[in-house]
Amino acid sequence: MNQEKPHIAVQNLTMAFGTFVVQRDLTFTINRGDIFIIMGGSGCGKSTLLRHMVGLQIPAQGRVLYEGRSFWDAGPEEQEGLKRHFGILYQSGALWSSMTLAENVSLPLEEYTDLTRDQIRELVSLKLSLVGLAGFEEYYPSEISGGMKKRAGLARAMALDPDILFFDEPSAGLDPISAHLLDELILELRDSLGATVVIVTHELASIFAIGNNSVFLDTETKRMIAAGDPKKLLAGSQDPKIRNFLTRGEANGKNEYRISNDK
Amino acid sequence: MSFSRETDDTMLVRLAGNWKIGSCLPSLSKLAKEIKPGAGIKCITFDTKGLTGWDSVLLTYLIKIIDQCTQSKIQAEKEGLPQGVQRLLALAYAVPERIGARREYVRTPFLEHTGQAALDFWRSTLEMLDFIGDAFTAFIRLLLGKAQFRRSEFFLIIQECGARAFPIVSLISVLVGLIFAFVGAIQLKMFGAQIYVADLVGIAMVRVMGAVMTGIIMAGRTGAAFAAQLGTMQVNEEIDALKTMGISPMEFLVLPRMLALMLMMPLLCLYADLMGILGGLLVAVSMLDVNIMEYYVETRSAVTLTYLWIGLFHSVVFGVLVALAGCLRGIQCGRSASAVGEAATSAVVTGIVSIVVATGIITFLCEVLGI
Repeated sequence: MNQEKPHIAVQNLTMAFGTFVVQRDLTFTINRGDIFIIMGGSGCGKSTLLRHMVGLQIPAQGRVLYEGRSFWDAGPEEQEGLKRHFGILYQSGALWSSMTLAENVSLPLEEYTDLTRDQIRELVSLKLSLVGLAGFEEYYPSEISGGMKKRAGLARAMALDPDILFFDEPSAGLDPISAHLLDELILELRDSLGATVVIVTHELASIFAIGNNSVFLDTETKRMIAAGDPKKLLAGSQDPKIRNFLTRGEANGKNEYRISNDK
Repeated sequence: MSFSRETDDTMLVRLAGNWKIGSCLPSLSKLAKEIKPGAGIKCITFDTKGLTGWDSVLLTYLIKIIDQCTQSKIQAEKEGLPQGVQRLLALAYAVPERIGARREYVRTPFLEHTGQAALDFWRSTLEMLDFIGDAFTAFIRLLLGKAQFRRSEFFLIIQECGARAFPIVSLISVLVGLIFAFVGAIQLKMFGAQIYVADLVGIAMVRVMGAVMTGIIMAGRTGAAFAAQLGTMQVNEEIDALKTMGISPMEFLVLPRMLALMLMMPLLCLYADLMGILGGLLVAVSMLDVNIMEYYVETRSAVTLTYLWIGLFHSVVFGVLVALAGCLRGIQCGRSASAVGEAATSAVVTGIVSIVVATGIITFLCEVLGI
């Protein structure tokens, strides 16, 4: 363990909707500069975990600590202060549909800074050009493609140069090239902003390409069954569930469920 | 299909012909009787040489046989089946049914149902009160100059629920005025008191009906639109995005809508009053031989300023109610397309019910206060 405080620490987190428990006793830490992957099969509560971490859902039990400060024990003012350092890219982009891309990106800037209108406009153009959308300032979200929406969402997420970037399935619905470019962009952002990145994904290519820390949530036991560098998990884990997941089900030798085309 | 015992403990099932959706299938009951436990069969085999075509129908049929076999501990030899069928069967049995995944239909007893409904009602009442409280504090923050929303959006909403509502408000109010005049005219004519149609229409429209009619129109038109807008934003995670950015959806989304309706409703109501009186005038002039001037003078003497204020007060209250109902249902919306539809429906119902209830309360209060 290194000496510095972990950037994010999740302690004994139990997530539940009413009496239905999604996951229990999640404990893991994320260091500054990590690219942390939350993985697991569909329906295991990956996105729900993300929602707990960014303050959208109250945990049934346990704590989420940011540099030692517990998010859910903090007062509303302190929570706002913590949220200011988050940048979140939602699964569908979640751009505000009644505003243009420029307005979408500028809203957090107007909210949290005292910049002049011109300064904001320059910043907005910069952020949009960083994600390859220069010139699209005056477009509405309904006028651009799905991949562009994701990138515009990213521009909005990094409007305030956040400390922590959260991504909910960033490459879902993108073609392989765009997905790869997005991965590059995430790495680039981590290196240049020094941000910590938390990604919910089950895209194996991305997991191995960019992740250096991870947690694996299991649907059946409703617990995390592994944590650590995904590459090491692939090399060292003996758990068949994890091996299966990380090798697309080919770890157990044969794949008997596959339907072959030979007649 | 036919079947026969090959040896003492083996049954051969012959499948022939076309086994496709829409073709006539033989009944399973005879075979089922044969493979009951205790029939002495240990193994069942298939022969499909005569099979000319098959699709999922054959599969469901075979699955029924195999399930029956498993129950009676008979082995089903699948070798005789076509390759494709074998593979699909293997696929169907590959992942065993997850225990507890299948939902049983449980009949809830009447009392449990009632209790659940009461609890739901209580919860939704609490949610509503919570929402109204939040809206109120947001309003106070606005008065203190702390609340924030985008001016441009506010003006768009004003345009949408103000100017764009003119045509339908005109139509409905003229017709309501007309109907009042007709109904009144039939009675008043008997006494030769046609001129009092002006009083009837004027007082009714200005005091309450103008406001109620615009309220109902706005509940159907704007309340539903608010619910659908906010509901879709909820589905798209746009509201989550606002929250995590530290922007209160209450101030940013609900407040401008509430304010817009509060400002526009009295104006629309005034306009509706005028249109209703015009509708009455039409009937009076064309059917009752009342002079336009006469009608005007009679209306002026009947309708006092107090009535007008009461009408406008109604309309402000309705504006708040319609906006709150629409926004509440929109924010409560679930995360699916059908939930947006339900939110819009429920916004209209809530809006209209609250308008009628509010009218009752205000009328009663006016009675008590003697105005």
